[in-house]
Amino acid sequence: MNPDTTRPTDEIVDVLIIGSGASGAAVAWSLADTKMRILCLEQGDWIKPTDFPSNGRDWEARRYSDFDISPNRRKRDTDYPVNDDNSPMKVANFNGVGGGTILYTAHYPRMHPSDFKVKTLDGIADDWPITYWDLEPYFTENDRMMGVSGLAGDPAYPPHQPNMPPIPLGKTGTRHARAMNKLGWHWWPSDISVASTDYEGRAKCINLGHCTPGCAQGAKASTDITYWPLAIRAGVELRTRCRVREITTNEQGMASGVIYYDANGEERFQPAEMVILAANGIGTPRLLLNSASARFPNGLANSSGLVGKNLMLHPWPQVFGYVDEEVDGDRAPMTVMWSKEFYETDPARGFLRGYTLQFSRGTGPANEAITSMAAGRLPWGKDHHKTYRNLLYRRMQIGIACEDLPEEHNRVTLDPVLKDSHGIPAAKIDYTISENTRRMMEHAIARASEILTTAGAKNLFASRTALNSPGHLLGTARMGTDPARSVVNEWGRSHDVKNLFIVDGSVWVTSGGVNPTSTIQAIALYIADQIKQRLANLFD
Amino acid sequence: MPAAPTPDLTQAEAHDLRRLAGFMIPASPEFNVPGADDETIFADIIRSLGRDTKDVRTALGWLNAMSDGKFADLPEQRAEIIAMALLNQESSVITALGRAVLQCYYRDDRIYRSIGREPRAPFPKGHTLEQGDWTLLDAVRGRERMWRDVDGYGT
Repeated sequence: MNPDTTRPTDEIVDVLIIGSGASGAAVAWSLADTKMRILCLEQGDWIKPTDFPSNGRDWEARRYSDFDISPNRRKRDTDYPVNDDNSPMKVANFNGVGGGTILYTAHYPRMHPSDFKVKTLDGIADDWPITYWDLEPYFTENDRMMGVSGLAGDPAYPPHQPNMPPIPLGKTGTRHARAMNKLGWHWWPSDISVASTDYEGRAKCINLGHCTPGCAQGAKASTDITYWPLAIRAGVELRTRCRVREITTNEQGMASGVIYYDANGEERFQPAEMVILAANGIGTPRLLLNSASARFPNGLANSSGLVGKNLMLHPWPQVFGYVDEEVDGDRAPMTVMWSKEFYETDPARGFLRGYTLQFSRGTGPANEAITSMAAGRLPWGKDHHKTYRNLLYRRMQIGIACEDLPEEHNRVTLDPVLKDSHGIPAAKIDYTISENTRRMMEHAIARASEILTTAGAKNLFASRTALNSPGHLLGTARMGTDPARSVVNEWGRSHDVKNLFIVDGSVWVTSGGVNPTSTIQAIALYIADQIKQRLANLFD
Repeated sequence: MPAAPTPDLTQAEAHDLRRLAGFMIPASPEFNVPGADDETIFADIIRSLGRDTKDVRTALGWLNAMSDGKFADLPEQRAEIIAMALLNQESSVITALGRAVLQCYYRDDRIYRSIGREPRAPFPKGHTLEQGDWTLLDAVRGRERMWRDVDGYGT
């Protein structure tokens, strides 16, 4: 029911999805075969391939402007601000059709089986109510939809078969691999959602450079070119430049729809039989907290008090070094291989849980100068040119995905002052890195330094929270069977509001030590399947 | 050298920035490259300040204070000392100033050629990436299973 009859009301839909990114696209596509009327509201635009930076000579500069990973610097009119002053990790996202998949590196590891049993195995945090094996068919389905390049046979993972051959090792990967073999440590070509061959209408990778700020070739999988064309063809409606302000509820405590601002800035009411949140680990709790009402005074779906809490961001140290020959630089996808040597818990290391070492290539001419200048490696003045030429294309780097454990004091709340361009209260995050994670980070930095030194790199540099750190957004509406200790149940339905579902990274119980996109999408497909199997009594 | 007029900086600020840019990245006969105060490069810098305009103006304000408002007129050696004192400050403002200069300098055609790079956008031509040595993976292929079989599904 429209709470204000002066506000225009749209025609009711069966399913309303908020957000068109990694999870929203997957759930929309999966539900399309129900023939229900499905609408997705997305606050951003479609991004045309010709909009991506690699089309122009300013391609590196645009990483610091309209394709910056921080919404606070990017400041597109489709972005919303996030107060991340009280956090050493900064928020990364993108608002547009495809969401964060527009602006990610395409490194595509799955979570490991042990990641779902943290409490049982290591006595910390909580177990998930689902297992790797519950998700396994959805990982496979999602891989097929997104298109994953990689190599079967990794001893660090249960068997799975990537869709395309791996991205070449190149000079950089060869050098990393040789060092890992000298040390006797595990490595394997990464699963990457970049097409190494032509795939399902997508042209293969032609090595445009750093994949993060979008792929003009379309070789990188983003949901605007994978899931969405199929979902739309199957009848799903996707409405862009529509920013949701709040989810409304009726007398029965069920979600009745949303109030949103359309592309013209007009406030409208969209009624719906079912609402699915796919707005990421910041946007989702923000919306739930902004949907507080007399019936739900602490925010919607928040009887546990856990909406916004347990924010996990994946602290991501990076270690660089420079070798005495030119390697791949930016002339290839950034990520090349991973190591799981230190992934599973070994208490002798002084911390619980573990991390992935993510081996990367270098960076482009401008970014090499900018980052080296900021780190003090590159001087101004007469020595600039000579020093620069000893850095360019010689960088080898290792990023480290540290498992971040849930802690309630790490949280998303509503900022009392900051608002977006529609006057909607913005999110504020408070976040600290735990002592366990700090010990893990130091261990990882030492190992990465050892690897780079073995690879012949010198002039090493480690950043503990990287410039443009990834800020994966997880955990703020966790999944569980106990309504007092979780926000949604084991198939994504709110404990409190029985026609409200959450499918994004908010539902994560723990974070694993991997980039989350593959698992986020597998969970979204799993929840969609749960919905389809329970349609007869979905809201009971 | 006169500085180009800009809607974001005053004439005096633009003049100071151009002199400062010449100290940041001087021309080099050895590498046959212009400095960042080169007319074409500087015009690009001014045109591209964008999100860094406020920080660049702040940095120029600091420079102005450090030189008693006379940076443009100082002798070369004295001006360089003040410029380096400014640039050696650890501040996000100085980082932004550096980014504003570097992102334009390192996309100029002449600079690209000097570092052996074709002056073009990455798309549509892309780059060539060699396969590398996949035989190195033989050392890993034979390893025992590493993942923990917590659910009893292991093979």
